[in-house]
Amino acid sequence: MITISSLTKSFGSGGPAVRALDDVSLEVADGTIFGVIGQSGAGKSTLIRMVNQLERPDSGSVTVAGRNITELSGRELRLARQQIGMIFQHFNLLNHRTVQGNVELGLEIIGTDPAERRRRTADILELVGLGAKARSYPAELSGGQKQRVGIARALAGNPRVLLSDEATSALDPETTRSILDLIKTINRELNLTVLLITHEMEVVKRICDSAALLERGRVVEQGSIVELISRPGSRLAGELFPLGPVPDSNANTIVDITFSGGTADSPVISQLARRHGIDVSILGAVIEHIGGNQAGRTRLELPGPAHLHALPIAELRAQGLLVEVMRGQAA
Amino acid sequence: MIDVNAPTFWSDLVDVLLVATGQTLYMVTLSLLITIVVGLPLGVVLVGTEPGGLFERPFGSRALGIALNRTLEFIVNLGRAVPFIILMIALIPVTRLILGTFIGTGAAVVPLSAVAIPFFARMVEIALKEVDHGLVEAADSLGASSWQIVAKVLVPEALPSIVLGVSTTITSIINYSAMAGVIAAGGLGDVAIRYGYQRYSGIHMVAVIIILFVLVMILQGVGSAVARKLSHRSSTPAESPVFRRLLAREPRGG
Repeated sequence: MITISSLTKSFGSGGPAVRALDDVSLEVADGTIFGVIGQSGAGKSTLIRMVNQLERPDSGSVTVAGRNITELSGRELRLARQQIGMIFQHFNLLNHRTVQGNVELGLEIIGTDPAERRRRTADILELVGLGAKARSYPAELSGGQKQRVGIARALAGNPRVLLSDEATSALDPETTRSILDLIKTINRELNLTVLLITHEMEVVKRICDSAALLERGRVVEQGSIVELISRPGSRLAGELFPLGPVPDSNANTIVDITFSGGTADSPVISQLARRHGIDVSILGAVIEHIGGNQAGRTRLELPGPAHLHALPIAELRAQGLLVEVMRGQAA
Repeated sequence: MIDVNAPTFWSDLVDVLLVATGQTLYMVTLSLLITIVVGLPLGVVLVGTEPGGLFERPFGSRALGIALNRTLEFIVNLGRAVPFIILMIALIPVTRLILGTFIGTGAAVVPLSAVAIPFFARMVEIALKEVDHGLVEAADSLGASSWQIVAKVLVPEALPSIVLGVSTTITSIINYSAMAGVIAAGGLGDVAIRYGYQRYSGIHMVAVIIILFVLVMILQGVGSAVARKLSHRSSTPAESPVFRRLLAREPRGG
């Protein structure tokens, strides 16, 4: 649905230009939620603004629903933008308009007739759970309600794609979850493709099907969440399962074992203890619901000489578990 | 010297003041209308043709945008820099060209508009620049054209500030209209000079001051009230729920 290829953008003139994006390529499949995660300054905002051309790239292209949007300008670009909804961190609602008026804005721009505008707005406000607030002004709403208006406004014109620019970063954790759930719902019910940028792993964990890690304008890693979890050494997976740094107190072997899907209930520890006589210590464990599935990662310390650990590790791997040796020679 | 004890003094005073107030209101209202009609678009174009503005490239040409911006900046600065009394005299040929005469209440509208338009355009410029850029971006993301952004986002969002600018502009037009006696436009300022100053009538002077003061107070009050009504934010203390509750409780407490 969205194909981003080799996008490059630099800012600043005179002094050394800052590379905001450096040869970035992404593929967002139809009907999925794709999360781009990165720290502030990584180029996320620049990236998402290129998808509806609020920002122009120096080189590279963005294709949305088969149209190369980077080639468009003027009226053609405006028409293309009407197919791409966008929501913002600070909501960007018009203060002088009611909730109803804000949602109607996009429809007015498209040129929908007033009766149809009212009907469509009523439907969409019902969908985002704000049916009763149609006549309120943004100043009378909470942050979560404002973002719901933002979502309603973005959806009113029936877009194929929704762009979310840190949509939950200004919200408290509980409101964040309710907004994320709403995004997930509309993604499912309207088969809307969502590209979101965030600096919170929580967002990726809760609703994303795929993710990319952006660092200093470059994509360091990308893939579906399922794939990332079972990818050895994945930094995104490491962020999903925050086990912290590996302790270096002694010479024992330390392994991280990742469980997901079918392997989530393997009796790993008792297997190691009973079959191999290894007295395993658990250094840490994280269980997460990721994309509706349970997944987890355990960090184990295996005492004794490293050469004794090679066989048990090979056995665990044979069962389909991802076993990463964090310290020791047993790999 | 005017004789306060003359039998017709007070009725003459009332007549003079009524006529003068009428002239002042006429000059000010007409000039204000022209100022808003010309100054509002001028302010929009001033902001729009700046680098990164909505009308950065009129007809696809950045050079034209720069030229337009510089020219308008120059005109606005010129209008703001020249003292009104000089501007009024310097504009006599222009007034004559437009109206066929350069004398009288109607003729004063030309220099008054000329001085108020740049003033108001600056106020509009400031008001428009205060609008959060995020709102423009949101409208852009919805596929709005530049004109739609001006009409549906920028001007309506800036309207409370623009209304405050209008009431400040009225005050300054009233202020300048006091000098319009020079081109025989009459008005309250003219009464103050001809009767109060040249003929030593303190009563005329005081009466004019009171009328002007009341006029300005009313206009500023109305302006602020309208601006408050238009801005649907609860940022002003009088509109915050806490303040409202305090006000509501007051009668019971006292």
